[in-house]
Amino acid sequence: MEPPALPVPESRPLVPPSLRGVLPVLVALPVLALFQWGLGGADFATYLLSVMGVNIILAVSLNIVNGMTGQFSIGHAGFMAVGAYISGVLSLQLKDVALSFLPVAASDQVLFLVSLVGGGTAAAACGFLVGLPSLRLRGDYLAIVTLGFGEIIRVVVQNTDAFGRALGLSGIPQSSSPAMVYFWVFLVVLAARRLAGSSHGRSLWAIREDEVAAEAMGVDTTGYKVRAFVFSSFFAGIAGALFAHFVPIINPGSFTFVRSMEIVVMVVLGGLGSTTGAIVAAIFLTLLPEGMRSLFSALGTEGSLAQRVDQIRMPIYGVLLVVLMLARPQGLFGSKELWDVLPRWLPRKRRGLA
Amino acid sequence: MAQLLQHLINGLAAGTIYALVALGYTMVYGVLKLINFAHGDVMMVGVYMGYATAFALGREARASLLGVAAVFAVAMLGCALFGFLIERFAYRPLREKPRLTALITAIGISFALSYGFQLDIGFLPGASPRAFPEIITPTEWLIIGDRDVVVWNWQVISLLIAVGLMVGLQYLVFGTRFGRAMRAVSWDHRVAALMGIPTDRVIALTFMLSSALAAGAGLLYAIKDTSVSPLMGLYVGLKAFVAAVIGGIGHVPGAVVGALVLGLVEEFVVGYAASTWRDAVAFGFLILVLLVKPGGLFGRVAAEKV
Repeated sequence: MEPPALPVPESRPLVPPSLRGVLPVLVALPVLALFQWGLGGADFATYLLSVMGVNIILAVSLNIVNGMTGQFSIGHAGFMAVGAYISGVLSLQLKDVALSFLPVAASDQVLFLVSLVGGGTAAAACGFLVGLPSLRLRGDYLAIVTLGFGEIIRVVVQNTDAFGRALGLSGIPQSSSPAMVYFWVFLVVLAARRLAGSSHGRSLWAIREDEVAAEAMGVDTTGYKVRAFVFSSFFAGIAGALFAHFVPIINPGSFTFVRSMEIVVMVVLGGLGSTTGAIVAAIFLTLLPEGMRSLFSALGTEGSLAQRVDQIRMPIYGVLLVVLMLARPQGLFGSKELWDVLPRWLPRKRRGLA
Repeated sequence: MAQLLQHLINGLAAGTIYALVALGYTMVYGVLKLINFAHGDVMMVGVYMGYATAFALGREARASLLGVAAVFAVAMLGCALFGFLIERFAYRPLREKPRLTALITAIGISFALSYGFQLDIGFLPGASPRAFPEIITPTEWLIIGDRDVVVWNWQVISLLIAVGLMVGLQYLVFGTRFGRAMRAVSWDHRVAALMGIPTDRVIALTFMLSSALAAGAGLLYAIKDTSVSPLMGLYVGLKAFVAAVIGGIGHVPGAVVGALVLGLVEEFVVGYAASTWRDAVAFGFLILVLLVKPGGLFGRVAAEKV
């Protein structure tokens, strides 16, 4: 892979530590307010916010593997499925359990967290399994293995009674709230940003730029690639678990290759390696269908285009990928972060990798 | 025993069709080192071209040799042109870019085609599968015992066409000037250009050839499956792709062997286990092969250049 113009690494972190943690909240709050006032009513806003948060978690976590480490993974929905199903089954088991030393609401939240982390851990274990072949496989071949893994997960789920086969799981407690989703968005963004500037992160960047050279410099490439997979799939599992707890039903159809590709589009659109880029792209691509729907309704094409937005969305994603690769292959932000591309009059720190 | 034989025949018949699609992947990968993710969808477009031709011909196309030839000719030529356009406008501008960009482009084209064809705006066919006209009337060609083993005529016809196309392709790659140019470009397209080989033309022709093959294979598949749908490209394409990788992508006989093996494995899973596990077994088999031989059965792992 040709080296993109990476900024020269500096020891000083670029983002002021205060801003690092607040960033996702800064992104979330205006959007939250917007929705509570605007579109659809509170239920719809809550749903849309949750979807958006889940998409952000997925995009940021996939960016760690695809963007930072340069290992093109196209089976992210598989990890999401593992998280969703494992946490769903856990929640169904824990449904009638209550921790007696806690108030009911608190007890529910604790159990919810337990099932979330359970789902995330199961996905991380799968990430470990998928990462291991990266010892021997590179580039395209690894991409195929991730694709195959995603499909295998889907078929396994489809054939397992405990997971409800093709019908899926229903009756999972609707414990998810935008607050919980944004707590995890906060965590994944924090983790990804801290990772990017750490020595572990630098090893990942090195693997992305030139695996052979990185190995020659003493980077344990396999170890780091496996770790990147585990890290990324843990959060994908969490995203799936959160998803399972706010939709009425999860079934294998929610975790197909198409879902994986949606996440890839987010990462590529935002710019491979840019955490803020992934966030912006995830928000944009979640809102785009809604925007298109309202636009078409406003134009008075009700009944035709407006109701078919979900149909039109996928071909548009495809064309978007092609146009993006032809016009701006590095994505919107390249490897830079949002604050690197902000207008000059806004306060900003010196450039650096971190 | 008879059951085993029947599964063997069905598996081989499915395998030959996968093989033809897989050859397209392998040729393009051999020349460009690009996994042409859109190959299956190009095949789907070809099948729709054949479908439209068969309908335009009306009853003439039904079970007449000339009609079948016309359907195949239009689909394969149309598809070759389509492949040329994709190569010219989507892949050629990216030739000197990192390989990942071309892979992402290919995935984009695949999505645009398979989901675009599901719309029913204008000439687009819409999502629901359609019955493919019976251009070859299915007849039982060979019956052994008390219908223990049945060989259909379309199985024999597709096997013959597939073998013919494969032999032709092998001759083309190893016996003609164009084939030599293809191999040279595959070795190193920059040096090949210095040696006076028109690399752009060779790559474009390879694309057209692989697209035409895909259309042919897609028609055979449609005759067997008797239905066409916009998603068939994703499905058949993915399987053929798995076959190509199992055989060692870039290796022509490897693709054929990989496809036959995959066809047999799938048929036996469906026959003796459960059909719902078919896709998982195909991918599991792929991962297993890659773990043991990272370059596929016949592929070589190129030494990494530093």
